[in-house]
Amino acid sequence: MKSGLIEKAKATVMDIGTAVVPMDLQIKGAHLLFNAKKKILRRPDFPAFVESPIPDVSTLAIEDIDVSNPFLFAQNRWESYFKRLRDECPVHYQKKSAFGPFWSITRYEDILFVDKNHDLFSAEPFIVIGAAPEGLSLEMFIAMDPPKHDVQRRAVQGVVAPKNLKEMEGLIRSRTQEVLDGLPLNKPFNWVEEVSIELTARMLATLLDFPYESRRKLVYWSDLAGGGAETTGGTSDTDELFRGMADMAKQFSQLWREKEAKRDAGEATGFDLMSLMLSNDDTKNLINKPMEFLGNLALLIVGGNDTTRNSMTGGVLALNRFPDEFTKLKNDPSLIPNMVSEIIRWQTPLAYMRRIAKQDVELNGKTIKKGDKVVMWYASGNRDERAIEQPDQFIIDRKNARNHISFGFGIHRCMGNRLAEMQLRILWEELIQRFDKIEVVGEPKYVQSNFVKGYSEMTVKLTAKA
Amino acid sequence: MGRITFIQHDGTRHTVDIEEGKSLMQTAMDNLVPGIDADCGGSCACGTCHVVLSEEWMAAAGVAKDDEANLLELTPDRSRTSRLSCQITTTEEMDGMVVRLPEFQM
Ligand code: HEM
Ligand code: FES
Repeated sequence: MKSGLIEKAKATVMDIGTAVVPMDLQIKGAHLLFNAKKKILRRPDFPAFVESPIPDVSTLAIEDIDVSNPFLFAQNRWESYFKRLRDECPVHYQKKSAFGPFWSITRYEDILFVDKNHDLFSAEPFIVIGAAPEGLSLEMFIAMDPPKHDVQRRAVQGVVAPKNLKEMEGLIRSRTQEVLDGLPLNKPFNWVEEVSIELTARMLATLLDFPYESRRKLVYWSDLAGGGAETTGGTSDTDELFRGMADMAKQFSQLWREKEAKRDAGEATGFDLMSLMLSNDDTKNLINKPMEFLGNLALLIVGGNDTTRNSMTGGVLALNRFPDEFTKLKNDPSLIPNMVSEIIRWQTPLAYMRRIAKQDVELNGKTIKKGDKVVMWYASGNRDERAIEQPDQFIIDRKNARNHISFGFGIHRCMGNRLAEMQLRILWEELIQRFDKIEVVGEPKYVQSNFVKGYSEMTVKLTAKA
Repeated sequence: MGRITFIQHDGTRHTVDIEEGKSLMQTAMDNLVPGIDADCGGSCACGTCHVVLSEEWMAAAGVAKDDEANLLELTPDRSRTSRLSCQITTTEEMDGMVVRLPEFQM
């Protein structure tokens, strides 16, 4: 194999370097190799996506439907596309997408089946439709199968377990209040920037006990990791990604060392992620395995970033699209926890997770072959009339609102779901106390991605409570 | 008719009638016993119907299958007698069973 030498060189940089070479330099090394490899193998850059109008789904032959189009959400075609697939071809094969061939699973029950059967469908090596940039193989347990997945998840999940969240709730609430008290009244502003991104940055900084004034870096890094053209059809740039990851590696290892020093000096440690990892025998030396160390931290910020952000924006949009529900909410704020689940369903911030079939599998009349890519479209499952009544309606007192599929199911089910719910609950508890009207002005702008279902901009005008 | 007692984390007790064939999770939900979320509605796919049985009722509840065991492995506050209540089918033989609910579901 042509790339054998490069693979070997890469392995050397990553493994032998581990103990001696600082982590950020290792990532820089991988970046150089990535670029070198691109030159030697003449690996073309993945072309950027150019937006063009997406046709009405009824004009297409079923085999031509391609739901990996990163503009499907932005152009609001996704509902009709997925409805057609659910009704006519719930297990659908797209042969020639920009990301190669893939299966789409679109009904709730079938998604549940795939998600639950991790012995049939592997989460490795990656969970988006495209390929990860080579060399940047951060080891994240979201893309690992058991037994490795279980060991790593167990090591960090304490930080977002409800017991620990109780400790963090007060701080998250006061940081939320501060943001809301600073918002302009009767004057349009960008909700995404001022509220959703800012609150998410604060939440992540709280979780990591990250230097508070640098909190926007967390957002920046995780946005980078979120997706270039070759991974999700997005717009971030691979060179910037490598630079960002090197910077992240440096800062996270610094923070770790500081916390380690504090612990060794006998100072009280906090309830943040690194302190918990440092006090656990399984993870206290994790820094010696840089890709695992970084992967775990990156996973928490990436996982918690645009998901929560877009739920914060999506909730406001939903209540504007369904104004009777806002009245309902004002009359009965005790509906907030239930509404939070409904927001997360209606928004479905992550459109899918991807798997690879480990053997031939028969599903809903189709044979998925060993090695095939399988995409579980949560965005579609949450609108499946077979599983959810009036799925396109946003109903804040919906019965069984918790049964949505936005967090996935099975062993990979979202680890941060209780944190996300808490942050959204706090946001709405605080909003409802302050504002009489939360009006969306004009149309929001959507993120270009087939993975992240979200907003880059949404103008909102607030009216204070009398 | 047989009865089962659920004990919340704060000690509150709820004694409810057994409806044979219904899962333990559904029995709690239908009787509005707080402390179970059941996010997947009983598909053994979420782990949020976690309960702790007392030792002597473990046999009556049967053995956890692999998919249940996998999820229990990932439950932060699991104990040796933890089960997912959606995977336990109630029978009249469970009359007198005591089921403890954890402080949180995750
Ligand atoms: C509304 C907000 C969120 C949504 C919709 C969401 C969605 C998801 C989904 C769909 C998965 C994969 C599930 C599967 O494969 O079956 C996942 C996994 C994960 N999420 Fe979230 N997430 C959210 C918030 C968060 C937050 C706040 C954090 C952490 C701070 C987080 C951390 C993780 C982690 C660590 C995993 C990997 C779990 C594993 O592989 O075992 N998520 N999330
Ligand atoms: S209800 Fe989801 S595992 Fe029991």
